[in-house]
Amino acid sequence: MSDPVRITRAIEFSTSLRLWRGDLGDGENRALFGRQAFQHGHNYRLEVTLKGEPDPVTGMVIDLKQLKDLLEREIMSRFDHKDLNRDTPYFEKDPPTPENFARVIYRILAPALPAGLLDGVRLYQDADHWVDVRAPEPAA
Amino acid sequence: MIEVTHRYRFPAAHVLRSDRLSDAENEATYGLCANPNGHGHDYGVEVTVGGEVDPRSGRLCPPEALDAIFEERVASRFGHRMLNDDPAFAERVPTAENIARAVHERLEEPIAARCGARLVRVRVIETRNNSFVYGDPR
Repeated sequence: MSDPVRITRAIEFSTSLRLWRGDLGDGENRALFGRQAFQHGHNYRLEVTLKGEPDPVTGMVIDLKQLKDLLEREIMSRFDHKDLNRDTPYFEKDPPTPENFARVIYRILAPALPAGLLDGVRLYQDADHWVDVRAPEPAA
Repeated sequence: MIEVTHRYRFPAAHVLRSDRLSDAENEATYGLCANPNGHGHDYGVEVTVGGEVDPRSGRLCPPEALDAIFEERVASRFGHRMLNDDPAFAERVPTAENIARAVHERLEEPIAARCGARLVRVRVIETRNNSFVYGDPR
């Protein structure tokens, strides 16, 4: 059997956030996160890479339309034009740093895809800053 | 596993010319890049670090610490300079391959000491069409 194939699909979404820990007070949060403790926003770009064997009949690892719909449902509807702190349940304690956000996305996508298909996610906070999360990644 | 990458830039000049080659051999080997008066690039440098995310800050390496390390160890040292005059290139030609190694050498220790993180790899982007990686493969 030949090696598996990797495919990557990208989406972009715009989201507001502040770096803030719910278990700390205002002063401590400002000391810990500086100006990031004030609400701001980013145009995130997410690259989702899947790894698998092309189906012998269709020649595809996954139907890209299926992947597009899945990303719309699992990522865009949750995060696009939302506030990470107020509109999502993931950052009540942990701050929405790109590290934590990328891990949240990985943990949403891994079980939403056929088992073993997710190779990794790359989350760009902007063109010069990004985070990669790949297996092995501990469960939440 | 998780990796964080920051992309930086510095402009620098260099000449590709080896002391171990004759003038004719240098010109045959390096072509236009052997121009003794130099030429330059806006070098892009992707610095990738790995390790554990600090549960309190949510950061693998504080971004302001990484920015400061790059400024101190690379940008202020190599930026707006003729690389051939730098001791880091006294014994090696300042090709992008060797620049990637030199940048890696200068970043590895302070990233470990000040970020508690591991420098995974350095990618030097010499032009939009050519880039060079030193360190772990993807």
